[in-house]
Amino acid sequence: MNATSSPPARRQIQTPQPPTSSFPYNPGSLLSVMDLDLPAISQLLARAAALESQDPLTRDRILLKRRIALLFYESSTRTRTSFELAAKSLGADTTLVSSLSSSIEKGETLKDTGLTLRALGAEAIIIRHNSSGAPWLLEQETRLPILNAGDGMHEHPTQALLDLRTILTHLDLSSKTVIPSEARAASAAEGSAVSSSTLSGVTVTIVGDILHSRVARSNMLLLPRLGARVILCGPTQLLPDSAANAGPGISVERDFEAALRQSQVVMMLRIQAERLAGLQIDLGQYKDAYQLTGQRLAAHAPKALVMHPGPIIRGLELTAGVADGPQSAILEQVRHGVAIRMAVVERALTAQPKEGRA
Amino acid sequence: MSSILIRNGHLIDPAAGLDAPKDILLKDGRVAEIAGPGKIKPGNGVGSDVQVLDATGLTVAPGLIDIHVHLREPGQAHKETIATGTAAAAAGGFTAVAAMPNTNPVNDSPEITRWMLSPDRGACVRVYPIGAATRGSKGEQINDFAALKAAGAVAVTDDGHPILKDNIMRETLASAARVGLSVIQHAEDTRMTQGASMNAGPMAFKLGLRGMPAEAESGLVERDIRLVTELKDSRVHLHVAHTSTAAAVAAVRKARRNGLRVTCEVAPHHFLLTQEHVGLYNTNAKMNPPLRSAADRDAMIEGILDGVVDAIATDHAPHAVHEKEVEFEHAPNGITGLETALGLCLRWLHKEWKLPLGRVLSLLSAQPAALLGLKGRGTLAVGSFADVVVFDPKAEWTYHAKETRSKAHNTPFDGWTMQGKVRWTISEGRIAYAATTPQ
Repeated sequence: MNATSSPPARRQIQTPQPPTSSFPYNPGSLLSVMDLDLPAISQLLARAAALESQDPLTRDRILLKRRIALLFYESSTRTRTSFELAAKSLGADTTLVSSLSSSIEKGETLKDTGLTLRALGAEAIIIRHNSSGAPWLLEQETRLPILNAGDGMHEHPTQALLDLRTILTHLDLSSKTVIPSEARAASAAEGSAVSSSTLSGVTVTIVGDILHSRVARSNMLLLPRLGARVILCGPTQLLPDSAANAGPGISVERDFEAALRQSQVVMMLRIQAERLAGLQIDLGQYKDAYQLTGQRLAAHAPKALVMHPGPIIRGLELTAGVADGPQSAILEQVRHGVAIRMAVVERALTAQPKEGRA
Repeated sequence: MSSILIRNGHLIDPAAGLDAPKDILLKDGRVAEIAGPGKIKPGNGVGSDVQVLDATGLTVAPGLIDIHVHLREPGQAHKETIATGTAAAAAGGFTAVAAMPNTNPVNDSPEITRWMLSPDRGACVRVYPIGAATRGSKGEQINDFAALKAAGAVAVTDDGHPILKDNIMRETLASAARVGLSVIQHAEDTRMTQGASMNAGPMAFKLGLRGMPAEAESGLVERDIRLVTELKDSRVHLHVAHTSTAAAVAAVRKARRNGLRVTCEVAPHHFLLTQEHVGLYNTNAKMNPPLRSAADRDAMIEGILDGVVDAIATDHAPHAVHEKEVEFEHAPNGITGLETALGLCLRWLHKEWKLPLGRVLSLLSAQPAALLGLKGRGTLAVGSFADVVVFDPKAEWTYHAKETRSKAHNTPFDGWTMQGKVRWTISEGRIAYAATTPQ
């Protein structure tokens, strides 16, 4: 080795590496959209389609008398009802535990509530919790299949999956465009396997209170893996610049109309008043800059699909006319929720451990 | 009191500039004699009751000093007691620890200070209470520092309830200086960290957790330095606790260049770990200040290597297992540190980043002793306290939290490889810890 001619190498400092994750412990769990690889997503979409069209009288044999607990620390209409309908459609027995009518009110910890449900025979737990990360704790302590039905400001994986299904049913495969009208190239993409280019050329803009939104996080982590471009749009208070670093394929655009002009899909979000933690938002200014009005939509995104995870606040993030208008897929999203959750619940109780895992 | 003769060891005493094979005789709780190997004979006042420790192949150094620990007494004995916390300290090679006042009740009085120092507490190494700067650590009414000092307090701080009001902090610095006490500030502008449970940045965004901005730390450090500057009193000493951000270290560095008496400490987790170690809501990676960015972590390493950092302190913060088995944002802040500090410092600062052994030991003994003016500690000079750690500097071992002497198990370093195994810890001439003989 010639040590004289080359300058001394800049010393590379070795530092301890972060540990690798052992989550999920249970192959049936769905904690994050990142738990699913593309084949698993394809499988879930295929099962959603199959289960949706299956005869209800044979479908309810799939999980006949299996026990599923719904553990809800936050109020919910869509998610709770559709998970419950999904589980019951497959024949499972469900029980609802909500924080306001249980020992949680008396100070029982999440760990103890989880262990109690397991002792009662619950084979899977669907959890909605106001603290980010709670489903991970529950899985670690119970090792049951845990389905994340929304954790704090973190993730809502089934919402992202049903949003994906909604987008796919409007996707014209030949032109790679999203067609909002009902007379679409009927679900050409639905049921077929997804790949890393399924949504290439599709731009999805997520608008509003990104900071506090688990729906936004799950979608921004899921959609780019299928080739979509995700634009995050909102004021700095509700959308920090660092959001663009959350994953690949994500960018931040503060100008709503500029974002609209690039979008085939617009996802509107509610301002989460319950999570603002003292943050003051001038709603008048907010509406001026970010409300989706019929005029804005017609001027900048006349062909875009309008989505919203609900609950919607009419007259705030979007006008009633837009919510009820021809470009809106809001109620369609709700319908897809039941199908997706049937597939996710079925997976929870039938998934086999991956090779090499205990 | 019996005597202890430590033979055939390699003695390192950074304060005395000593780094050589030496025997050392401890008598009546003090260092009695240091001489070349085999030079101390029973004739030299060593009676038949002398206990001889064979330190062949081992390093003999001043007992380690941790100026930032939480011993949880009075009031939170389910987390730790002075007895269990100091037992963990001894196992980690520490012979003196300075205990933070965020107890229940807050240590803001001579009575509580004396209660902590009572032999009834069963401390197995020296405890130095740190008094609260303000009544109940509420940041309003300044305590009687002379009385606290007379009772045994070695510094004042409101620790986790940092003093935000300029006038109260100014008065704290001035009053403490008049009685010769240091002011320790946990630098966190708590107005910027409400509801936050980790470092602000992409990781917090991704995990859906509210973040503590680095400016909440550096801003308060800069404010405190400004107050020190304005006071124009060379007796004023500001010590910045558990520095975790590059900007805070830079502010301390600048203050020192300007001749101010501003010092800082860094905890092992802040020079080793980053916010990525939070992983998926690991509550044993939750502490305050939080784990920061890689750039901040690198700045801690740089600050240690270039000398701006005055001490390694663990911020040993024990919690009961059930308290950490909760949702991340509800988990209490803090990790244990007394048993892992030496092993991590030798493994990383010394072995990996080539900081000479003497400097590592200085950061863990001589410098913290000087910083808080702990007389007769942090050195093995004849006449000083017989506080000694004897360790095998080459031994690699694995830390298992379940074997801890602390009541608590909350550490992110469970299962980590350590370097440097403590064989004996001697506190004021008494063996406070002896490793079980290696097989």
